[in-house]
Amino acid sequence: MKLLENAIETNELTRRFNDLVAVDKLNISVEQGEVFGLLGPNGAGKTTTISMLCTILKPTSGSARVNGFDIVKQDTQVRKSIGIVFQDPSIDDRLTGKENLYMHANLYGVPPGEQKPRIDRVLKLVELETRADDLLRTYSGGMRRRLEIARGLIHYPKVLFLDEPTIGLDPQTREHIWSYLEDLRKAHEITMILTTHYMEEADRLSDRIAIMDYGKIVASDTPAKLKDTLEGDVITIKTKEAAKLSSVIAGTPSVLKIDAVDEGLDLTVRGGKALLPRIVETAAKNGIFVESVSLREPNLADVFLHYTGREIRAEGGDELHGLSAIRRRRIK
Amino acid sequence: MTELRGIYTLWLREVKRYIRDRARIVSSFVQPLLWLVIFGGGLRFSASALQLGNLTYEQYIFPGIVGQTLLFTSMFMGISVIWDREFGFLKEIMVAPISHFSVFIGKMLGDSTDAVIQGILVFALGALLGPTLGIALDPTIFLEALPIMILITFGLVSVGLTVASFIESLESFGVIQSFINLPLFFLSGAIIPLRGNVPSWLQIASSFDPLTYGVDALRTIVGGNAWQPLHPLYFNLLIICIFDIVMIIIGTLAFSRRK
Repeated sequence: MKLLENAIETNELTRRFNDLVAVDKLNISVEQGEVFGLLGPNGAGKTTTISMLCTILKPTSGSARVNGFDIVKQDTQVRKSIGIVFQDPSIDDRLTGKENLYMHANLYGVPPGEQKPRIDRVLKLVELETRADDLLRTYSGGMRRRLEIARGLIHYPKVLFLDEPTIGLDPQTREHIWSYLEDLRKAHEITMILTTHYMEEADRLSDRIAIMDYGKIVASDTPAKLKDTLEGDVITIKTKEAAKLSSVIAGTPSVLKIDAVDEGLDLTVRGGKALLPRIVETAAKNGIFVESVSLREPNLADVFLHYTGREIRAEGGDELHGLSAIRRRRIK
Repeated sequence: MTELRGIYTLWLREVKRYIRDRARIVSSFVQPLLWLVIFGGGLRFSASALQLGNLTYEQYIFPGIVGQTLLFTSMFMGISVIWDREFGFLKEIMVAPISHFSVFIGKMLGDSTDAVIQGILVFALGALLGPTLGIALDPTIFLEALPIMILITFGLVSVGLTVASFIESLESFGVIQSFINLPLFFLSGAIIPLRGNVPSWLQIASSFDPLTYGVDALRTIVGGNAWQPLHPLYFNLLIICIFDIVMIIIGTLAFSRRK
């Protein structure tokens, strides 16, 4: 028996757009305080999933609960308990940065006395203090994005949805936002649902990652375990005596596979870090001269490709074209 | 309390956006001016066949032009819903933890404030041109007319918002808008009195136009004893209030739809 109710629980959650099944019988559960990364190519159904959980879209079938509230029957309670950073712009460009933030604080019932300190703090975080009183239409794309993230953090929601939060931002700003998200979570135990194209973002922030493709979860686990499922690290050894080395290390239990490559060997191994010095030692004992070695641990991108079989595309998916892509994101 | 603060916030946003749009405020003078001076002046002498009571044609159409300004501006305000959807801002509002009723009321009050300001500007224009056109306006008349302008605007803005919430693009909203604007305008008796020897089907159609009651009420105030009203003032106000309530309910329902 669990002590705490799950922050998110979906049951065969499905959404169709005419013939297209965007989300197909999705079953996920996210514990309170967990950071859950939803990773997938464009058009995989990540945004549709989030839109349903945020009560923007109605599911075609199935159900889901957010903070214990049904997303269809108790949508107001759901909306009270969540915060969202949308993938697409959702700020008023005729207002100033500060006006946008105050409006949000008021809409989300932040007590008037707390509004100013919180707004000053988030403005500082995204380094927009000096531009806070300028109209949004004078902001660059990156500045608008930063303001939206600041906005999503003003009220401290129990569940924060981040749909591609750092897309299109420069590395410094991303780093700032990531560490703020980490702090925020430590201080307030906020559950976060994150969709992203960036492997490093998912890897760094998420406790658990679900890889989504064609509306389904194809794999779900901690980043470390997902990487482990790829069965091992790759050690590349450059040497002129590849055949000799190969016969010496063949049979070592944690060496899974030996491939001869140009000027050396590619070893697929378990526990590469610990094994690497042993292999070099063995080579030396047998009088084999090793020119260079390198170790590569599998990253999430490898995991992603393993499960989805295609490269992640940072912008502009080709599953949906033009209007249908826009329509899916719009509220009607 | 949260709901009230939400309503206030949404109201403030609409008003700020409007006040910052100088071009719109300046251009709002042009259309009423054309109607009053060119249309009113041009028809002045041929209007004797119309049932104007004891009013001159300019005196007759002035309340009508105020009503027309409220109508056109209110309908135009619907466009803000389409803009907000196009630019994504509607999402921010719709997922906020305030009721769709409050969202609708906040937006409606904000847009109504903008529309009523336009109406007040026409009133100011009337006062300015009054001596030339023979329209007598004083502060008392203005203060009596203002609540009527506000009341009729609530309903008209609600129509604009409701229609806009069903429409996807700016282009089709423009077309639909004139489909609604022109019949409501012509049937309201704003520029042609629909009484006496006017065909009875037209009079019946006119009685279904909410603006008829607004214009009649405004004319009762502005025209004074020279105008024989279609209905008593209290009756006009009652109809307008019913129209407002019905439209606010429909508008809230339209805003609450989600796919």
